[in-house]
Amino acid sequence: MGEYLNQFFFGLYPYIALMVFLVGSLFRYDRDQYTWKADSSQLLRSKGMRVGSNLFHVGIILLFFGHLVGLLTPEPVYHIFMSAGTKQLMAMVAGGIFGTICFIGMTILVRRRLFDPRIRATSKSSDIAILLILYVQLILGLLTIPFSAQHMDGSSMVALANWAQYIVTFRSGAADFVLHEAWIFKLHLFLGLTIFLIFPFTRLVHVFSVPVKYLTRKGYQIVRSRGA
Amino acid sequence: MKIRAQIGMVLNLDKCIGCHTCSVTCKNVWTSRSGVEYAWFNNVESKPGVGYPNNWENQDKWKGGWERTKNDELKPKIGGKLKVLSKLFANPDLPEIDDYYEPFTYEYDRLQKAPEVKTPPTARAHSAITGEKMEKPKTGPNWEEILGGEFDKRSKDYNFKEIEKDIYGQFEHTFMMYLPRLCEHCLNPTCVASCPSGAIYKREEDGIVLIDQDKCRGWRMCVSGCPYKKIYFNWESGKSEKCTFCYPRIEAGDPTVCSETCVGRIRYLGVLLYDADKIADAASVEDEEDLYQSQLNIFLDPNDLAMIKQAKKDGVPDSWLEAAKRSPVYKMAMDWKVAFPLHPEYRTLPMVWYIPPLSPIQGAAEQTGVIPDVNDLRIPVKYLANMLTAGQEQPVVHALERMLAMRSFMRSKTVEGIADMDILNNVGLDEATLDDMYQIMAIANYEDRYVIPTNHREYAGKTPFDNEIAFENRSACGFSFGNGCSGGDSKPSLFEPVKFANTMNGKPVDRTKKQTPKG
Repeated sequence: MGEYLNQFFFGLYPYIALMVFLVGSLFRYDRDQYTWKADSSQLLRSKGMRVGSNLFHVGIILLFFGHLVGLLTPEPVYHIFMSAGTKQLMAMVAGGIFGTICFIGMTILVRRRLFDPRIRATSKSSDIAILLILYVQLILGLLTIPFSAQHMDGSSMVALANWAQYIVTFRSGAADFVLHEAWIFKLHLFLGLTIFLIFPFTRLVHVFSVPVKYLTRKGYQIVRSRGA
Repeated sequence: MKIRAQIGMVLNLDKCIGCHTCSVTCKNVWTSRSGVEYAWFNNVESKPGVGYPNNWENQDKWKGGWERTKNDELKPKIGGKLKVLSKLFANPDLPEIDDYYEPFTYEYDRLQKAPEVKTPPTARAHSAITGEKMEKPKTGPNWEEILGGEFDKRSKDYNFKEIEKDIYGQFEHTFMMYLPRLCEHCLNPTCVASCPSGAIYKREEDGIVLIDQDKCRGWRMCVSGCPYKKIYFNWESGKSEKCTFCYPRIEAGDPTVCSETCVGRIRYLGVLLYDADKIADAASVEDEEDLYQSQLNIFLDPNDLAMIKQAKKDGVPDSWLEAAKRSPVYKMAMDWKVAFPLHPEYRTLPMVWYIPPLSPIQGAAEQTGVIPDVNDLRIPVKYLANMLTAGQEQPVVHALERMLAMRSFMRSKTVEGIADMDILNNVGLDEATLDDMYQIMAIANYEDRYVIPTNHREYAGKTPFDNEIAFENRSACGFSFGNGCSGGDSKPSLFEPVKFANTMNGKPVDRTKKQTPKG
């Protein structure tokens, strides 16, 4: 039974989640752009936004890229510079710092979202849900640090990275890598995949719209001609 | 040289009676939905006063408009592109809703349905955001109506710059005027410049500045960029919204709703032709006081044959060139020099212009000349100049003198039967020009106020027949919320559909219940 569920959650579920993430996002962008937005509530209450929102965003962006690089860099590549143990230590320290930054910011935002009467009254249920899910995920992530500290050889980290690399390269047997890992890692993985799953149905879609094109805009003005 | 045309507006403040019909009709048409109850695409302020939103003219606080850099270029006052992006997570220059006002409605139902009680039932104010009872509304879109509130607060008005203002707090020296405000549809708009998504654009054919509702991602930088604070963030839809200059009406040759319904006949709409290549230079002249003149310099004479030839080459339709010749806006701004841009020092080259108001003459008994001295008018010239010409008094004096001359001349002509040419000579006008001024500014017939050529959708392609746009748009809806022609009524959707409630039905919002929008 345990193996069966393990196969489902870490072998199949990733593809279900990624599929919904990709197709759902494309579909929403194509069909319902009016709903595609950052959905800021700063207008209604700016208190707490400067510290909370900035810390949260900076923290979570760094965490995202940390995970991306950390999980998907193949072993032979980073072995040129460091051992798996060193990499694990780096991940724990960096993750701990970014995670703490994000945690402080998010605590402010969660408090604001739940207990500010204006923000609470105008929140969609998906706004509250996604914020709490991210909050729990962040706490789970931070809690993995003491678990990692129990074995500093990097073996867990390598197993998780192998799992991720097998998933994105469509190789069979990915789920076997995590079968014997600690429950907290599994929970963190599962919730992470779930975030991908619900991504298209929440305000998270605004991360696709980082306005980098603004930097390359020629001059400042935009004039649209008839028929354009 | 690149000639473009724009429909500009002039508001004759001398005739504004402050009835707010423009604001109300505009609201009924455009912002009667939840999320924008607090937004007034058109509002009328009593001046002197800090206005709506709170102290909007103070750009040291709000950072709207442009600033000139050391190498003579312009950049938005909120910062260059990198700096704008660094503010995405929390915009430090964004007004909070309390800077506008917390939208409210009254519990009207209670007046009719309350049980028998000793004291008459009252209708309490309810917040349109939370649905909860409010102790009392604290501010509003025209909180200072007819000099409401103490002078101390109102005198924070930015237009008192370089004026010894304390005297105007005294009853004998007090003055007031109305200032109806809407989007300026600027030639050099900072909202467009500060939109990271590129969702805001200026239409080439008529100069109307619009927000593409599908492309807007709600980064809310435009709200800060606009120095007139005429972009409003819709907290229900998460998108910015603004005055559309009633473009579906303008395209059909009809005036905007605010203009159409103006009972004082103060609004004028007409074509202005300008050289688009000169915009950057005109907006970046060094001395702020020169900005009024530099904007005049980019407007083109509609009767100049060489200009007409170039304009045709640049794709301005013939009907627009004809309308430009009869444009009341061109006449007031360029020929007669009686209309001025609002706060040219923001360097946005605004296209909604204002004729300064005359006011009662103080010390009328001591008057000797035929035309009273404009310095004896109750409203200080410097105050008007701070509002309309970045502080330069001479053009405002000139305009006020011409308006006083028009009154004196027409009075002597119609009452005494004498055409007193001295009056006209003093202000450099001939009788034919004055008759035209009188016809357009005083009589103000409908067809003289609104000279609007229809939009030529058929010219979108090379010929009317190879253009799919014209056919696509046939029988299509004008303004919508990205869901076909349904006008705000959202179909069920997996993707967090935006649900607007009618906020003008006189019922407090109940946030505990799921709102069902009515079509």
